[in-house]
Amino acid sequence: MKSRVTAVIVLALLVGVACGVGGYAFVYAKGYSYLLNDPAACDNCHAMRTQYEAWLKSSHHSAATCNDCHTPSNLVGKYAVKVSNGFFHSLYFTTGRYPNTIEITNFDRNVTEAACRRCHQNLTAAIDGGMIHGREGILCTRCHYTVGHSEESAGLKILLRSGGNHGEGQ
Amino acid sequence: MAKDNNPRSGRWLVAVIALAAVAAFAVTALLVNIFERKQEARNPFYRVVDLNDTIDDPKQWGEDFPMQYDLYQRTVDMQRTKYGGSEALPHSPTQADPRSVVARSKLEQDPRLKTMWAGYAFSIDYRERRGHAYMLDDQTFTARQQANPPGACMNCHASMVTVYNQLGNGDMFKGFQVVNHMKYPDARKYAKHSVACIDCHDPKTMQLRITRPAFIEGIRALKASQGIANYDVNAMATRQEMRSYVCAQCHVTYYFRGAEKTLTFPWTKGLRVEDIMAAEDESKVTEWQHPQSGAPLIKPRHPEFEVWSLGVHARSGVACADCHMPYTRMGGLKISDHQVNSPLLKVNRSCQGCHHFPEEELKQRAEDIQDRFFNLRNNALDALMDLINDISANKDKASPEQLAKAREYQRHGQFMIDYIMSENSMGFHAPQEAMRILGDAINQCRNGQIALHGGPPPSHNPPNIQNVPPAAGQ
Repeated sequence: MKSRVTAVIVLALLVGVACGVGGYAFVYAKGYSYLLNDPAACDNCHAMRTQYEAWLKSSHHSAATCNDCHTPSNLVGKYAVKVSNGFFHSLYFTTGRYPNTIEITNFDRNVTEAACRRCHQNLTAAIDGGMIHGREGILCTRCHYTVGHSEESAGLKILLRSGGNHGEGQ
Repeated sequence: MAKDNNPRSGRWLVAVIALAAVAAFAVTALLVNIFERKQEARNPFYRVVDLNDTIDDPKQWGEDFPMQYDLYQRTVDMQRTKYGGSEALPHSPTQADPRSVVARSKLEQDPRLKTMWAGYAFSIDYRERRGHAYMLDDQTFTARQQANPPGACMNCHASMVTVYNQLGNGDMFKGFQVVNHMKYPDARKYAKHSVACIDCHDPKTMQLRITRPAFIEGIRALKASQGIANYDVNAMATRQEMRSYVCAQCHVTYYFRGAEKTLTFPWTKGLRVEDIMAAEDESKVTEWQHPQSGAPLIKPRHPEFEVWSLGVHARSGVACADCHMPYTRMGGLKISDHQVNSPLLKVNRSCQGCHHFPEEELKQRAEDIQDRFFNLRNNALDALMDLINDISANKDKASPEQLAKAREYQRHGQFMIDYIMSENSMGFHAPQEAMRILGDAINQCRNGQIALHGGPPPSHNPPNIQNVPPAAGQ
């Protein structure tokens, strides 16, 4: 009987420690912020810093947050995408295995393309409807890739003309 | 009842304990990882060595900048691209050349080069370039040393700041002049390292700086030709310009002026190949005479900076360092990749920051440009071989005037082909300009053969496009 009580206490302690450490990690890593809508959450990891800073200066800054363009509008879809991207982003960031210049996945591009059409449907309905451009249709972001968070247009990547006097067009 | 259940509940307990322990272990590991990632985002810069202009050992600089130093050391890597780079070829060490590994011989790959450079040191030994780490060894042990090169060669194959200061008693320009006309083996005794931190960086501020007198004078002459007097590159260049200029201290064409063997960049008239030829013609530079054709020749050298400056990347403000030393992620920091090599080996960081297309697509675009260039380069070399053979075979039949004219065409046509071929990008740095140079060079060779046989001088009847009527409303 006595050993059983001891065992339960040890068990309780361990589970408690696990919960406590887990809870602390959750708070320390600002886990709760991922449930909300504040774009600052996407900047918790420095991997997204340039995108976040470019968004601050972008034309869509006053109109759309990260989630508006990068998650579906319905509640279930939104949290499903958050869970999926959240898991993989955490995995790659924890292991450090991700490229310097990150590229959007096809799935996520489709989410964003749907978001363009959600707000701009007055324009896009006519464009999409009248065009036959193969199975994939046309992509808003192929041309309008700067509207969300372009490093160039935000001036984060400053390419100065290097004098323009090296002999061309003299 | 309790007794009956005891063994099973005991096992159950052990399982939960194990699970909880594993969970606590995993969460703690994750917690530490999160902590480390947060630390990464801070700037971990510690100055443990007080650097100054007497410290030329990159290892010492590496104490302060370990990440940059680590990447810098990786220039020992030998990796090919389709047309460039080098793989390690085994070499049996000899007394004269103790290297156990060398790069491929370009002369063996394309024997036409031996004909083109016949009578000159480059026909003895000419190999693929290797990383910065090898520059001093590859110069010290090349078979071209048989031709007794001057100390001037070392300006670009060693870390020179301390050497200049030592030989010039603190005066860099004086040291430069002393080095130039020394014999190479004598000058070599002063050099300790390949190009190092000190050659591009100010030891106090880490700002980029120019340490090569030949570039300081060359760029001043170039700016003067554009109406900018007394250009002082270290005081007047912008940061973005410096990110190309530090490379242009060496990745340029040059000649050795006069008996002093002063290393000179021929930029007094501009940076187009015709400007450079005109500058060398005006200075009456002739480096050797072709043994078969008798043409008085000049040798261009790797004009990466000059050719880049005529391309679309330069025009868009993209510096050498943007593609060859792209920003790379080190924890939460971004630093310049000091493993200077081909952008085709790091397309994600070099190209995709601006070009939003898949990596394979971008690589293919670059290689398409290089394939086209390589084909025309081969045609141009054939045209040059035809001219050289034609002159050699008709030396006795052609009149002295015809011969002189044909030799002049060889001098210029060969310079143009050699120029754009020695340029280390297989035409990529300025694709259209590179093809134009080859096209015009082929024309030079063709004109040379016509002149040799007493044909008419070339006629120029281009359509007068100025006569196109202006658009309505102008």
